[in-house]
Amino acid sequence: MTVFSKNDFDSLEATPFSFTKENEKKAQNALSHYPQGREASAVLALLDLAQRQIGGWLTREALLYISERLNMPLIRLYELVGFYTMFRLKPCGKYLVQVCTTTPCWLRDCGKIYETFQKELGISFGETTGNGLFTLEEVECLGACVNAPVLQINDDYYENLTPSKVCDLLKQLCEKKEKQ
Amino acid sequence: MSLSPENRIFKNLGGVQSLSLSQAQLQGDWDSTRKLMKKGREWILEEIKISGLRGRGGGGFPTAKKWSFLKKTERPSYLVVNADESEPGTAKDRDIIRYESHKLIEGALLAGFVIEASVGYIYIRGEYYKEALILEKAIEEAYEAGLLGKNAAQSGYSFDLYVHRGAGAYICGEETALLESLEGRRGLPRLKPPFPAQMGLYGCPTLVNNVETLAVVPAILRRGAAWFASLGRPNNTGTKIFCISGHVNFPCTVEEEMGIPLRTLIETHAKGVRGGWDNLLAIIPGGSSVSLIPKSICDSVLMDFEGLREVKSGLGTGGVIVMDRSTDIVKAIARFSKFYMHESCGQCTPCREGTGWMWRMLERFAKGEGNSSEINLLEEITYAIEGHTICGLGDAAAWPVQGLIRHFRPIIEKRFEDFKKHHEEIKSL
Repeated sequence: MTVFSKNDFDSLEATPFSFTKENEKKAQNALSHYPQGREASAVLALLDLAQRQIGGWLTREALLYISERLNMPLIRLYELVGFYTMFRLKPCGKYLVQVCTTTPCWLRDCGKIYETFQKELGISFGETTGNGLFTLEEVECLGACVNAPVLQINDDYYENLTPSKVCDLLKQLCEKKEKQ
Repeated sequence: MSLSPENRIFKNLGGVQSLSLSQAQLQGDWDSTRKLMKKGREWILEEIKISGLRGRGGGGFPTAKKWSFLKKTERPSYLVVNADESEPGTAKDRDIIRYESHKLIEGALLAGFVIEASVGYIYIRGEYYKEALILEKAIEEAYEAGLLGKNAAQSGYSFDLYVHRGAGAYICGEETALLESLEGRRGLPRLKPPFPAQMGLYGCPTLVNNVETLAVVPAILRRGAAWFASLGRPNNTGTKIFCISGHVNFPCTVEEEMGIPLRTLIETHAKGVRGGWDNLLAIIPGGSSVSLIPKSICDSVLMDFEGLREVKSGLGTGGVIVMDRSTDIVKAIARFSKFYMHESCGQCTPCREGTGWMWRMLERFAKGEGNSSEINLLEEITYAIEGHTICGLGDAAAWPVQGLIRHFRPIIEKRFEDFKKHHEEIKSL
């Protein structure tokens, strides 16, 4: 569970938020799935859309926007963001690397996977590289235990990993970034 | 004994790609769904009852009974599919969604028809982003072919099905927490009664079923309840998807007949335990929430609800986690305790505090710090959690620890001794 500090509420940048045209369409679609008066059901979908639009985290303005849109008190959105692990209130790297370390992955040596990241990127769990490219995180079971060890980078799963596969993967991601 | 190919329900389970609607139809999905529905709600319910299908999400509650609890009221009814698969050791729903999505959609339509729901939601865990896209595409295909929506499959019955993505919370796999989450709140389990069958989503009668449970429904109706009931043992009928992970040569997700011996399951499908069967230490047979069983029991135990209950474990979700002799068993269970500590929603004190106590004690035990009476204390804590919480997460956290103490107490005690000896040696130097 996230513990908030006063800073989380005050110091975030104050650019007003609204959905892009494309995301607005998606939001409308999500809202249309639920009965009238039950729009709050779409809150997870809207938070996810906003987080994608901002680039991996949620600003206070985005939460305010959604709270007004769904007619929910702002505090309820903070509750949700604190409860669900996929929402973040602080920026993270372009690639959010989430390594599963629960027992089935641990049995298949997820420790080595973590060590490889540590060595290659020079960061530990909970840290971001200086160039803002990678954030490394430890997560609980990702639900792909048969293909352990597993990790998730943004929306993609990478399965049946070995340290050498991890090195290749990192190389690919860095090259992709250079091309852009 | 092994499931013969013609008895398999999920033929594309080990597939490499998802099936489009037309490919799924070639396999037999959506074959005369209308006719099945025309036979009437009572007929479907009776067939499911005769088939002996029990919930595949972990509880093992008779499916027909659960369906029959939903009484028609003036309020609408809802169907909710539980695809919030997060149980460590389990990856079956993900494969059904990826490779056999049309079986799930058809099953949802049939279940929705029986309980007279006009809307269904599939609550899929947030991390399964790609899987959610596959599912959405499959649903779209079904809509275009007239199999969902108004007059679904020309049956005169209308049914809408939507995908709802979660956002990362194990607890939302508990059915009432899932409903809370679906209503846009934190996933805190509700007090029961009232059960979801009376007061579920938006206060309306709601049926919550696991993905696998619903995905086998069309096959049962098409091939007959007697066929399904002929597989496995009485009260433990049909086929089940097992996920074999951990120290095996070929980890895999596989469909097998209920009641298959655990050893046969591992040796036929997972190509055996790493280093041979004799290298086996223990197995967790049903996902992290059940007690582990040592090799002596694994030799002969049958994989079904009753067989595993007899050895004080459970079938759970069918996630078989294999651990060979190189495993630090105390650490393995300590990691599960950490998982439950992380995932406890914090509503009930025994679970919120107890899961952390158990983790901290086990971490100490793993290093050898502690004494024999502390093992008793730990056991006492597990019993103080079990049965004293709103939902089953407390029980699920307590059982693996109880199993560890029941079967591996000497290992923990030996570790204490070694630690003591080691430190006395250091002192004497």
